[in-house]
Amino acid sequence: MDTAQEEATTLTEPKKTVNVSGSVALLEGLIAEGTDTIFGYPGGAIMPIYDALYDYKDKLKHILVRHEQGGTHAGQGYARTSGKVGVVFGTSGPGATNLVTGLADAQIDSTPMVCITGQVYAHLLGTDAFQETDVINITTPVTKWNYQITDATEIPGVLAKAFYIARSGRPGPVLIDITKNAQLQMFDYEGYTPCDHVRSYRPKPLIRKEYIEQAAELINSAKKPFILFGQGVSLGNAEQEFKTFVEKSGIPAAWTILGAGAISTDHPLNVGMLGMHGNYGPNVQTNACDVLIAVGMRFDDRVTGRLDKYAKQAKVIHLDIDPAEIDKNVKADVPVWGDCKETLPLLTALIEEKQHTEWLAEFRAFDKTEQETVIQKELNPGTGEMTMGEVINQLNELTKGEAVIVTDVGQHQMVACRYAKFNHTRSNITSGGLGTMGFGLPAAIGAKFGAPDRTVVAVIGDGGFQMTLQELGTIMQSGIDVKIMILNNRFLGMVRQWQQLFHDKRYSFVDIASPDFVKLADSYYIAGRKISERDDLVSALTDMLNHKGSYLLEVMVAQEHNVFPMVPQGSSVSEIRLK
Amino acid sequence: MSNSQDIELNGKQEFTITAYTENQIGILNRIAIIFSRRKINIESLNTSPSEIEHIHRFNIVIHETEEVVRKLCRQIEKQVEVLKVYYNTNEDIIWQELALYKVPTDIVAERAPVERLLRAFGARAVVIRKDYTVFEATGHREETDKLIEVLQPYGLIEFVRSARVAIIKDSEGFNAKLREFERREPGQEVIENEFLDKEKNVFSM
Ligand SMILES: Cc1ncc(C[n+]2csc(CCOP(=O)(O)OP(=O)(O)O)c2C)c(N)n1
Repeated sequence: MDTAQEEATTLTEPKKTVNVSGSVALLEGLIAEGTDTIFGYPGGAIMPIYDALYDYKDKLKHILVRHEQGGTHAGQGYARTSGKVGVVFGTSGPGATNLVTGLADAQIDSTPMVCITGQVYAHLLGTDAFQETDVINITTPVTKWNYQITDATEIPGVLAKAFYIARSGRPGPVLIDITKNAQLQMFDYEGYTPCDHVRSYRPKPLIRKEYIEQAAELINSAKKPFILFGQGVSLGNAEQEFKTFVEKSGIPAAWTILGAGAISTDHPLNVGMLGMHGNYGPNVQTNACDVLIAVGMRFDDRVTGRLDKYAKQAKVIHLDIDPAEIDKNVKADVPVWGDCKETLPLLTALIEEKQHTEWLAEFRAFDKTEQETVIQKELNPGTGEMTMGEVINQLNELTKGEAVIVTDVGQHQMVACRYAKFNHTRSNITSGGLGTMGFGLPAAIGAKFGAPDRTVVAVIGDGGFQMTLQELGTIMQSGIDVKIMILNNRFLGMVRQWQQLFHDKRYSFVDIASPDFVKLADSYYIAGRKISERDDLVSALTDMLNHKGSYLLEVMVAQEHNVFPMVPQGSSVSEIRLK
Repeated sequence: MSNSQDIELNGKQEFTITAYTENQIGILNRIAIIFSRRKINIESLNTSPSEIEHIHRFNIVIHETEEVVRKLCRQIEKQVEVLKVYYNTNEDIIWQELALYKVPTDIVAERAPVERLLRAFGARAVVIRKDYTVFEATGHREETDKLIEVLQPYGLIEFVRSARVAIIKDSEGFNAKLREFERREPGQEVIENEFLDKEKNVFSM
């Protein structure tokens, strides 16, 4: 049958419809989008959806979190390890406001999520009804797109649009608020049509050939080229394309914390981490290179330090899918608009195969200095209190770079990002742009659901753990296997470090008391152990990793240890301090 | 303050941003917060349907450096429901604001200079009642401001001015482009909240 005929028959045939509720249409849509896991919490305004969910238990796994914030971070963790869209449910009012932190985190870290909130009946909107909150306006600044549905017939179309917007272009969180009447309303459902186009929205800018050529020319004539890469590489599924580009060009490459793992830690051209607590060489060399090639990163101030002293000597090539990122912080001499999965191969084709041996040797020399002054002491202190670095180092020895490492926010995060080894992409799950304490535990839950076959280790501070520790309940109930490692320094360590360095050691409200974490875990039926001696470290880590099911390991580490190197705020990256 | 004087002072000048958007609830807020989060004051804001059904046109006037304006425009254009954004200096556009002046009819009728002045400003009467008369004038801010000064001694009762509307001098074929765009892919009606007024008919618990 030719296509014209085919069209004719589909046009004349009446569309088959089924009479369903808005709630059922929503769940059917989620299944059609490939959703298998939902993180959520019920309540009055979303009850019809939960009622429908009761009949979908075999098709949709619902994980009951203990707080909606945990739901959003779990959704993020899931999205980051799986590459799929995280799905989160919450009720109106407080349920919806509890989503805000996770949405903001996902927005700034470009994480694809679709959050569904229940809303009061449409006729009550604007009347200060029970649990009514203006979630659309509250979440507008922290979502890529949001929409309120008051009529069930809109549900399939809006859901399709939401998934498309969340995952396309520069990904981000989307929120759909559905009034209760629309959830209950019966309508003639015509099936689900995925969305692949929104007329006012261009997910990818057009690739401009002249910029690719200009970039290639710059790269080919560069003596000291330097690549910086961010999460754009993995968000674009462009790890292979990126690796080919790096290897053919022979250019040293350094990563932002969200870029970590896009190329393996051990790759000979991977020269380390950028930014405030990044490696010595990458920071100093930023102000020594002649061509800076930024791939899928946004020159966050934690990466650039003082902007007016940032890479001023270099010609900057910026590859980004989001035109608003080009020139936002650092002026690009050559803006390479586009999806790096497409632009990188075009660029690779035009560049000469090279080896920058001498230039690379400069990085090695900086690395040697950093090894001697910082890293060796951190990873193998030998005596005295345990350091966070040696814990991560021992973990590396045992996991061999195969694990997913989820972190919270603080010193332990910087240490984990600096020292953890990653053989694979989508393995470093951390809150980058927002720096959300409390992210770690729930994100680890989501990360495990997103990568059920991988070992997931959450590295969390004693402070941040206490922000979302209720999610132990989620772990208990869902029976998943997450290894929780609390690095306890009895301080809000990162703030204490700043107070020590920049506020005359005036330790203002940073000593934080903790409960007995192992007992706490025990009350959730999660096995655990606490160690304070170096001699126990290997056996404790081994026990944790070998344990069937979740495990909490509390490691008492040095109380007043600082993360170095450090680019103090307001300093240039080349003014990085080694101590 | 004249523009050139101002640019010399701090690099800032008046820019008119023109944005074409979908006609969607919430888009005004999405655009407005891009300014407010940077603590930038919107001097004038006009939003209205464009000549093409379903497509709205915003005119936003701010006082900023070109660099900031360019960044703002990219952040606006990145919003899902924004079709296109342009920015222009005052030299690049033709613009008008409309002003209405309400004055007591008896004074206007009695004093000859008023009529002359109004004529000089190109104002015209839109309503004449026994008690008051409403004049309308269009022009730049300075012009409509001057007329306030002039009318003040004659018992100005009320004054209002519209936001700026602006046409870009060297734009070519917007209308044709938009029309073609809408023809290929018609926009959607805004879904009105049809349940909003049905309080009595709706079950609630
Ligand atoms: C929600 C939130 N509140 C406050 C902060 C500020 N902050 C950043 S790091 C930090 C200390 C974290 O302490 P802890 O969790 O014990 O980790 P450590 O730095 O000791 O490794 C604080 C308070 C934050 N990032 N997030």
